[in-house]
Amino acid sequence: MGALNTPSHFVGLDAARRSGVAGFGLPTRRALAASLSLAVAGLFQLTAAAQGPKPAPADVSASAAVTTPLPAASAAPAAAVAPAPVSSGQAVAPPTSPLGPEAAPMTDEPVLEARLLKLSEELRCLVCQNESLASSRAELADDLRREVRSLLSEGKTDQQVKSFLVERYGDFVLYRPELKPMTWLLWFGPFVLLLGAVSGLGWYLRQRRKLADTAPAMSDAERARVDQWLKD
Amino acid sequence: MLAELGHFALILALLVACVQATLPLWGAWRERAAWQALARPAAFAHFGLVALSFAALTACFVNNDFSVLYVVQHSNSLLPTVYRVAAVWGGHEGSLLLWVLMLAMWTAAVAAFSFSLPQAMVARVVGVLGWVSVGFLLFILALSNPFERLLPAAADGRDLNPLLQDPGLIIHPPMLYMGYVGFSVAFAFAIAALMAGRLDAAWARWSRPWTLVAWLFMTFGIGLGSWWAYYELGWGGWWFWDPVENASLMPWLVGTALIHSLMASDKRGNFKAWTVLLSISAFSLSLLGTFLVRSGVLTSVHAFASDPKRGVFILMFLVVVVGFSLTLYAWRMPKVRMGQAVSLLSRETLLLANSVLLVVACAAVLLGTIYPLVIDALNLGKLSVGPQYFNAVFVPLMVPLLVIMVPGTVVRWRESNWGELLLRLRWVALAALGVGLAAPALAGEWSIGAAFGFFLAAWVVLGSVQHMVLRWRQPGQIGAAYWGMQCAHIGLAVVVAGITGVKSYEVERDVRMGVGDVVTIAPYAFRLQGMSEVKGPNYRAVRADVEVLKNGQPIDRLYPEKRRYFSTAMPMTEAAIDTGFMRDLYVSLGDPIDGPTPQWSMRVYYKPFVPWIWAGVLLMVLGGALAAVDRRYRAASARTEPMPAGVAPQAGA
Amino acid sequence: MKKFLIPLGLFFGLVIFLALGLQRDPHEIPSPLINKPAPAFSLPTLDPKAGTFSPAEMQGRVWLLNVWATWCVACRQEHPLLVDFAQRHQVPIVGMSYKEIQPQDVQAQGMDATAKLQFARERSQVWLSRYGNPYVLSVMDLDGRVGIQYGVYGVPETYVIDKQGVIRYKAVGEVTPAILASKVLPLIQKLNAS
Repeated sequence: MGALNTPSHFVGLDAARRSGVAGFGLPTRRALAASLSLAVAGLFQLTAAAQGPKPAPADVSASAAVTTPLPAASAAPAAAVAPAPVSSGQAVAPPTSPLGPEAAPMTDEPVLEARLLKLSEELRCLVCQNESLASSRAELADDLRREVRSLLSEGKTDQQVKSFLVERYGDFVLYRPELKPMTWLLWFGPFVLLLGAVSGLGWYLRQRRKLADTAPAMSDAERARVDQWLKD
Repeated sequence: MLAELGHFALILALLVACVQATLPLWGAWRERAAWQALARPAAFAHFGLVALSFAALTACFVNNDFSVLYVVQHSNSLLPTVYRVAAVWGGHEGSLLLWVLMLAMWTAAVAAFSFSLPQAMVARVVGVLGWVSVGFLLFILALSNPFERLLPAAADGRDLNPLLQDPGLIIHPPMLYMGYVGFSVAFAFAIAALMAGRLDAAWARWSRPWTLVAWLFMTFGIGLGSWWAYYELGWGGWWFWDPVENASLMPWLVGTALIHSLMASDKRGNFKAWTVLLSISAFSLSLLGTFLVRSGVLTSVHAFASDPKRGVFILMFLVVVVGFSLTLYAWRMPKVRMGQAVSLLSRETLLLANSVLLVVACAAVLLGTIYPLVIDALNLGKLSVGPQYFNAVFVPLMVPLLVIMVPGTVVRWRESNWGELLLRLRWVALAALGVGLAAPALAGEWSIGAAFGFFLAAWVVLGSVQHMVLRWRQPGQIGAAYWGMQCAHIGLAVVVAGITGVKSYEVERDVRMGVGDVVTIAPYAFRLQGMSEVKGPNYRAVRADVEVLKNGQPIDRLYPEKRRYFSTAMPMTEAAIDTGFMRDLYVSLGDPIDGPTPQWSMRVYYKPFVPWIWAGVLLMVLGGALAAVDRRYRAASARTEPMPAGVAPQAGA
Repeated sequence: MKKFLIPLGLFFGLVIFLALGLQRDPHEIPSPLINKPAPAFSLPTLDPKAGTFSPAEMQGRVWLLNVWATWCVACRQEHPLLVDFAQRHQVPIVGMSYKEIQPQDVQAQGMDATAKLQFARERSQVWLSRYGNPYVLSVMDLDGRVGIQYGVYGVPETYVIDKQGVIRYKAVGEVTPAILASKVLPLIQKLNAS
């Protein structure tokens, strides 16, 4: 085997010392590991700080679309200030940066829309080729999103919205199958399979041990001869 | 004329494939060297004919021959030439021809690069591949002929689906098919070995480089597909657990188990039954994928137009190929003796655990993919199984896999010591824990999911780095396979870090913008500078000019478009992406909004860590390539068998 | 060595399901509203003078609800069958004009609700007078919300509703003579007898 194969990859303490790798004792390795982790953590910090995004601040409040910067508008959130003439009734000055007026969100109710988005990712577009309600552009998808939006704004919970749709369109409309006897195999199957496979593996290893233990002992040379013979 | 030539070449190829599939196998069985020697020339002739046929079809596309039905369905006179070529595999018939071309190519490659193999073995391998070719060629000629004429000829074609008019179409299917089809080589080796009744470790060593190359192409193909969906669909999503995506993931998972199992079979003569079964399964899953995608049993955006007759044919082909293989397996395997005992903590055990986890993951994906079919077939109604299910089931299965990746490379064969293992890895574990705890806090909001994901990624990376450093200090040469392994493992860790990062920290802003408006996702800002109308070769588009600033300084200009192709009514979104090392900035243009001032709906995404996903995939591909070119596989002279498993190598050897 | 036959066994199990799956249509969605009460609604009718209609008005009779639109090609194909059916049998058919105004109707986009309703009514009237009117009356579901209540996901669709107002059958897509003869008519006869 020797030179043809790459050597075994395991290097224990003894092996390290035996191979004469100088100074590779415990303290060195400790230092190595510590500096490595510091380096990695430092790298993360560096790069993370370089972009340092925090999720969008909560002062993304609605305002009517304004394309000219309001005079003396500051980035003050939440203050209900009566805006310039074009108003939708939601009265907050749009935050402006020195670069220009901040674009208004597509909808007037970001919280509701966020809920809608999350919920519609779990719902299936019924007339598409496997697309979620969130990403589909089909007309029925638009209608269903509108329906879901109105249900959510009435105060329905996510579960109630899902039930509403399932009552009318069946389980097909849910991307996350509900847990019921029909889907037990689906939800529990993989883990049962894993348990089965792992215990099968354990059993198999034990079998091999037993077989080796009960088999008459052979010398290495004998075994090599038998192997060679079996191969031909 | 060209179409008929292509058609004829295909018929000839079928005939040659029939010869290729029968005589060499007969010769191997009857030990007739002359018949065996037919394998190589048959493989080359087969390849030549299929290549000719493919070239003919390509020429039909390039020349805008609208008397060929397939060309009419998938091309258009305004289509740029490069897409006319790619359109060859844009539909069902042509993509099957690509499949067959790849198969012929792999077969010819095996015939060409197998001088160290005994002739009987080559004969069997090429023969088995011949059977697969016969099946596919029959399918094409009988039910999916790309050369069918449309008479009278159409004035122009229906155009290639605009979603496909993208560089992605040029490269993704060929790479993916190289992988899908490449697993047929491992399959053929396994069947050949079963037929011969010889499952020595040499078989594993021969099979390994071929399987590695197939695996790396598969990895590349899947990664490309994911990246293409990401930038093309305008939503920044990159994996949807769609049945067609799953159809490519399943053989990949089993293929990964296979390359690890082959290593054990190669070096230690272990796990023969398991490796053979994996070899058969990987290609069977490729065939199953073909069935799922082309038969119409499952709904998918990626599915080809289906015809029940085609589904029946593919299913019968699947039954014949896989049924035969598994029967042969059941018949021959009992004759092979079981390997010898190993301790609970040993490389064998960990490799088996690797196989088990990957196969269970594959089974979970299969279960989720066909469950709707099963429920419908049992008349229990219709249900959907979507990404939420797969994520919930797949991710927990991947966690132990990532954990055992590090000890897997550390432990010895046959027997290893818990104490030594823990001692060696304790600093890696602690450092990874440190990274896991620290990184999320630095990247944004701290969450346990992000922490865990980063911990796993760091565990693998640091473990690999430690391993490499220690190995470097050891005497003895290090083969390319070693670097390949570490590179691929690190690549996977990078992918995991990328997925963790983007899922935990991506920000989406859905806004209406007029000219001059700004969207801020600190520290970036996106300002709409203007809108314009653009004309492309076969479309008209509205284009936005978006300036990207960081901390107030302009860093890039993005031009998202909304295109209207002449051929379809459906508008297409072309997102614009600014890619950096640590993040992508993704802008997607929506529809104009009615209002007092002109405005457009825009979606702006900040996606941190997403480039790491693709970078990690590339690292995995590189790792596979390095492993495949290891000198052990390239020596032309006959190699001695590895020592029988009973003789333990010296420590450190 | 039976354990080596396990993969083969599993494979054949899989094949059986795949073969069964080949005979199914993955796009067809069965309705969960079968044997459930037809959702109540109140919609304006096609005839402006007739006011509104609600399903409760059909209590005591077995009737059909047919979802249609003038822009729907399959509706045009099934229409003669419906006309014939209405003439031949004593089963009232109520039409539901579903989303008559489409995004491509640019002239209707700027209109207000009343004008849109008027526009839809006119277009539907023209269509019906051209192709025949099998409906005792037709309601206008312009925004499709009532359609969602009924689990409508395409046009045409046809419901069979019994005397108590319970949905007993749904046909997705155009009705064919085969469906009418084998499914719809026997069911109506059975429901009428009870």
